Amino acid sequence: MAAATEDGIQRGGLIARVLIYGVLIFAAAYFLLPLYVMLTTSFKTLGQISGGSLLSLPSPWSTEGWSAAWSSACTGGDCTGLHQYFWNSVRFTVPAVLLSTLFGAINGYALTKWRFRGSELIFALLLGGTFVPFQMFLLPMANVLGKLGLANSLAGLTLVHTVYGIAFTTLFCRNYYVSIPDELVKAARIDGAGFFSTFRYVILPLSTPILMVCIIWQFTQIWNDFLFGVVFTSGGSHPITVALNNLVNTSSTGIKRYNVDMAGAIITALPTLVVYMVAGRYFMRGLTAGAVKG
Amino acid sequence: MADSSPNVALLQRWLDRWLPKLSLIPSGLASLIFIYAFIAWTIWLSFTSSSLLPSNNFAGLKEYDVLFQLDIWWVSVANLAIFGVLYVAFCLAIGLFLAILLDQKIRAEGWLRTIYLYPLALSLVVTGVVWKWMLNPSLGLEHVVQSLGWTGFSFDWLIDPNMAIYTVVIAAVWQASGFVTALFLAGLRGIDSSIIKAAQMDGASLPRVYLSIIIPSLRPVFFSAVILLVSLAIKSFDLVIALTGGGPGYSTWVPAIFMYDFGFNRGQIGLGAAAATLMMAAVALAMLPMLFAELKERRDGRSH
Repeated sequence: MAAATEDGIQRGGLIARVLIYGVLIFAAAYFLLPLYVMLTTSFKTLGQISGGSLLSLPSPWSTEGWSAAWSSACTGGDCTGLHQYFWNSVRFTVPAVLLSTLFGAINGYALTKWRFRGSELIFALLLGGTFVPFQMFLLPMANVLGKLGLANSLAGLTLVHTVYGIAFTTLFCRNYYVSIPDELVKAARIDGAGFFSTFRYVILPLSTPILMVCIIWQFTQIWNDFLFGVVFTSGGSHPITVALNNLVNTSSTGIKRYNVDMAGAIITALPTLVVYMVAGRYFMRGLTAGAVKG
Repeated sequence: MADSSPNVALLQRWLDRWLPKLSLIPSGLASLIFIYAFIAWTIWLSFTSSSLLPSNNFAGLKEYDVLFQLDIWWVSVANLAIFGVLYVAFCLAIGLFLAILLDQKIRAEGWLRTIYLYPLALSLVVTGVVWKWMLNPSLGLEHVVQSLGWTGFSFDWLIDPNMAIYTVVIAAVWQASGFVTALFLAGLRGIDSSIIKAAQMDGASLPRVYLSIIIPSLRPVFFSAVILLVSLAIKSFDLVIALTGGGPGYSTWVPAIFMYDFGFNRGQIGLGAAAATLMMAAVALAMLPMLFAELKERRDGRSH
């Protein structure tokens, strides 16, 4: 493929190459612009923002936006910054990611290596959840969480995110385990290994790539969620995405503090951005798997 | 050894038979309740006259009647139509265009791909907050262009009720077009190069090769990208809330905001449930024709 088009482009000559690079670099600038604006604005003072250009660099650099966003900005009723909401998000994201990944791996393993009559039906049943808009679940879930005593709690959010994440993790793991030869499992069974010990000693050591995909996918989805957070929590138990939205829409003095808004946006975005930088290839694999089948 | 005793072997066989099924029970049960029973429950609620609390007073299609007479519902639907069509079209166009360019043996392709894709790692709330700032009529991009000398330049879509929905398109396309690029690029890499070589040998020009061979063979990518983008569009909520808050007025409401606001803020659970049910129906409708087309394609493909 690449070789064929390369011939064609070379026929087009140098001008075509320059044009192509020009367009690609322009596109890169377009994608980077909001990140640049976010970063530079967050380090400006309010005076620099109202007096200067959107694209100018801060001079001098100021961290007042950052400290306000983290510890003193108002998010609706209280004025303690985003830090407690950041930890809220950590507290439900981590268990929900781990639980949904664990269930997904075991489901995928049982559905591929221990097929039984009806296992395809169960798979289809689990997948059903990936297409349905979450709006269909909000009203009943609010009711059930209330009855369980989990309304407005991080435990409730953990439950919700785990339940609706399993469809995706099961899909990823099943598609991955299908390609692991059944002979490995059969050999372990002949040696006397049971369901869980085969999983533990044969499947799990081979699973690092797909577990990475699951963890990164789930982490990004759950950390970035806004809908469940805004519907099922209030006040002090909001996740950071909801708190950020409140921060941006609360102006205590009537003056919009864009540097604080932008610092808050970066604080909210940082965990998933770091994960993307460190493990981007797994990120892409999850996306394509989710896109093609999900 | 204990292992050789018949009882242990029997137990082992029993466990091997039942453990796989038992291990699926928590997830299976969870999806029965939290997906299927909840779907049924929401549909049922849409046929009741539930207001502040869910009730079981069957009201037939009354909530749908009310819904269809609400101007705010039709504004939401119209916004979704405008947003959805433009969002899908621009993402596909930009994605395909950049993917084809990236596929020309580009140096630093990995870097460019990383840059194009990072917006997808961001929360839509963050995207909304940043674009809200950049599109700010007095201090944002408008100001930048004006200071370049074009003093009459005006870009106040964010506060213009007739144009605000297009700012949602701008931000949403920014977020997702790199992802569509990556999907198309993966598709391009999967094309059998011998077909293209043969066509070029026959004297077909490069644009011709793309138009009549390469792009048609990306059909499955179009298929999955459209499905994904349409369902993302129908569910879009966070971005609108963060960017415009549904405003000015309710000029940028979409069905997801309608459902949330009526179901949770205004104590109109029946209406909220009806809106959710229609959203699900819309997703199903958007997917069915494409699913059928794809199934037909596959069957035809196999019979050749």
